[in-house]
Amino acid sequence: MIKIISLLVGLVVIAFIAWWFFGKRSVQTGEAVVDADKQSIDIKVKGGYLPEQVVLKKGIPATLNFKRLDSSSCLDHVIFPKFGINQKLPQGEVEKVEIDTSKPGEYDWECSMNMFHGKVIVK
Amino acid sequence: MNVTKRFWISLILSLPLLVEMLVRPFTGWMLPGGDWTMLILTSMIMVISARPFVSSAWSAFEQHHANMDTLVALGTLTAYLYSIYAMFINKPVFFESAAFVITFVLLGQVLEEKMRSNASGAMSKLLTLGAKSALVKRGAEFIELPIEQVVSGDLIQVRPGEKIPVDGQVVSGQSSIDESMVTGESIPVKKQVGDSVIGATINQTGSIVIKAQKVGSDTMLAQIIEIVQKAQNSHAPIQNLTDKVSDIFVPAVLIIALVTFLVWFVFLGKSVATALIYAVSVLVIACPCALGLATPTALMVGTGLGAKHGILIKNGEILEAANKLDTIVFDKTGTITAGKPQVTEVVGDRHVLQLAASLEQLSEHPLAPAVLAAAKAAQVKLLPVNHFRALEGQGISGQVDAQAVFVGTLKQDLGLVVAPALTEKVKVLQKEAKTVVLVAINHTAIGLIAIQDTPKKEAQKAIKELKQQGLKTIMLTGDNQAVAGAIANQVGIDQVIAGVLPIDKAAAIAKLQQTDRVAFVGDGINDAPALSQADVGIAMGSGTDVAIEAGGIVLIKNNLKDVGRALKLSQKTFNRIKLNLFWAFIYNVLGIPVAAGVFSGIGLVLSPELAGLAMAFSSLSVVSSSVLLGRSKI
Ligand SMILES: [Cu+2]
Repeated sequence: MIKIISLLVGLVVIAFIAWWFFGKRSVQTGEAVVDADKQSIDIKVKGGYLPEQVVLKKGIPATLNFKRLDSSSCLDHVIFPKFGINQKLPQGEVEKVEIDTSKPGEYDWECSMNMFHGKVIVK
Repeated sequence: MNVTKRFWISLILSLPLLVEMLVRPFTGWMLPGGDWTMLILTSMIMVISARPFVSSAWSAFEQHHANMDTLVALGTLTAYLYSIYAMFINKPVFFESAAFVITFVLLGQVLEEKMRSNASGAMSKLLTLGAKSALVKRGAEFIELPIEQVVSGDLIQVRPGEKIPVDGQVVSGQSSIDESMVTGESIPVKKQVGDSVIGATINQTGSIVIKAQKVGSDTMLAQIIEIVQKAQNSHAPIQNLTDKVSDIFVPAVLIIALVTFLVWFVFLGKSVATALIYAVSVLVIACPCALGLATPTALMVGTGLGAKHGILIKNGEILEAANKLDTIVFDKTGTITAGKPQVTEVVGDRHVLQLAASLEQLSEHPLAPAVLAAAKAAQVKLLPVNHFRALEGQGISGQVDAQAVFVGTLKQDLGLVVAPALTEKVKVLQKEAKTVVLVAINHTAIGLIAIQDTPKKEAQKAIKELKQQGLKTIMLTGDNQAVAGAIANQVGIDQVIAGVLPIDKAAAIAKLQQTDRVAFVGDGINDAPALSQADVGIAMGSGTDVAIEAGGIVLIKNNLKDVGRALKLSQKTFNRIKLNLFWAFIYNVLGIPVAAGVFSGIGLVLSPELAGLAMAFSSLSVVSSSVLLGRSKI
């Protein structure tokens, strides 16, 4: 009896894992605040990036303020391959990352082990 | 609390557990207090060292993400919580598994962090290279100013032993300069008035004054740093697979661990404890960090190593493409040849060179510097010239010591008297693709000067090495077939495509690309389209900004041998990436089934703590293999 219950519970958990991690979900998008020819947005680094997608206006110097509240070593650097940025994120501190907004496009960022991702959209 | 502290705490707390585990089988000795002591020690480890894993895992879970912390947290929590339950129903506990896994994982992270900062060390060194201040002329004197205040056009004094603060040109004095930090070339370079100097290089012997040309982010050092930083953080196409895998990897492992438990417990009828140990082992061994670190660390070390030797590889894509080349195409002037015509032969007596040089010093013809340089080398005195005239398309004439002197081409209609032996000699020299200049006094030829743009001295050896690597070599030039063919013969190039206009070079490359994967080596502004068109564009020399922009590989030294070295470095780095990926994959492909107990029939099983140790070593071995790449010779 206990085995049958275990099996059923196990199968339910497997279904839950598949649904929770692989299911479609909407991406949190944030828009930068423009203030006197500058734009900036705060990004919380905790179990991923919040927001995960950032929209910036073209041509206005932009700053992303990363704040890491997570001790995971995966998240200790943020990397923008296209910009050549590899910024250390000390835990609990706000780290400013300057983004070149001269060209419109989509620029991915990732953690140092390439497991968490985010995206900057310049338009 | 940082990783290192967490590691030491958990190591100290788990030592008693380790001692008991090692001693008990032989003596039956147990920790005083038995299971209770174990519970207390492990609980402390869980609270102090393991809690960050759990909280990271939880916040990732809330975001629908899973990562290595998820695996470590779930694995150790399962072992810990089950052991508490087992303790109260008087069954065997495995607290030590939870404790050891945490200790080993943290050990791996501590070492890995060290290695990673090692791998990126070359870069931070570059960043500190620039000078902080400069002696700048303000008014009548040179005063010390912070480097940020230097603007283009400033005159800057550099004393012996000091760093050149910015890119510029020598306006007075002479010195020898150690440029090794930028070019990788260890021999100091002589500089005199008119020569360019590079910021961050070290002035060695003399005091010089330079005029600043490029400052701030325009300097060569700043550009190099930017290129290297981009390269080190770029992606290689070979990584695409792991990028895709990493998204689904951890959740998939969770499912595999659950299935493992269910199979052992429900279908094979083992105890809950045994089934749990297998499941926990799966969770712990399956950490994907080795996979995630395999490519970036090797790229970081490989591109950093190149930069140290004056070889800039722009990104992982180029690096990968450089491994699949069939054909390498060279621009001729300035790439294969020195780009500076030189006198190769003088036929006739000393007077020939003396007269020619005396006239040529008044000429603006491109070949004039070659004749003047030869005269200087031979230490002949230049004579005064009267009635100098440049004869369009023919040569130059003038009066020296009341004699009419002509220096120019051999043409029938000029009415010169030329001895048959000289005419023969002209033909021979022209066959060797040399430009021949005739020197005549009073309409009678007295001698010849042969001029040629000679191949660089390392060209032949460099081409030979490339051919040994199995590459087909081609020379692409706007010159005529005879000149180009002669140079190609001298250096051993397989094929010549001559008479190609600069604007058609890219098209010529595209045509070759229909059948081959092509690299193009060039230096000038008009090479930029060809550099971009080729699968791998290799820009030679410090060259122009345009060439540096267009080239996928930039060779700072103007040395042809670096072409082969750049390709070799790409190969080494790419092979290391492949090796890293192979081990990372193999490790998970084999490690997971072993941990799941698939091979328990033949006695091959992993305890959770061994799985933890193995997982720590997998990422460590990948990172250290990348660091070792930095020690290899190129
Ligand atoms: Cu890991």
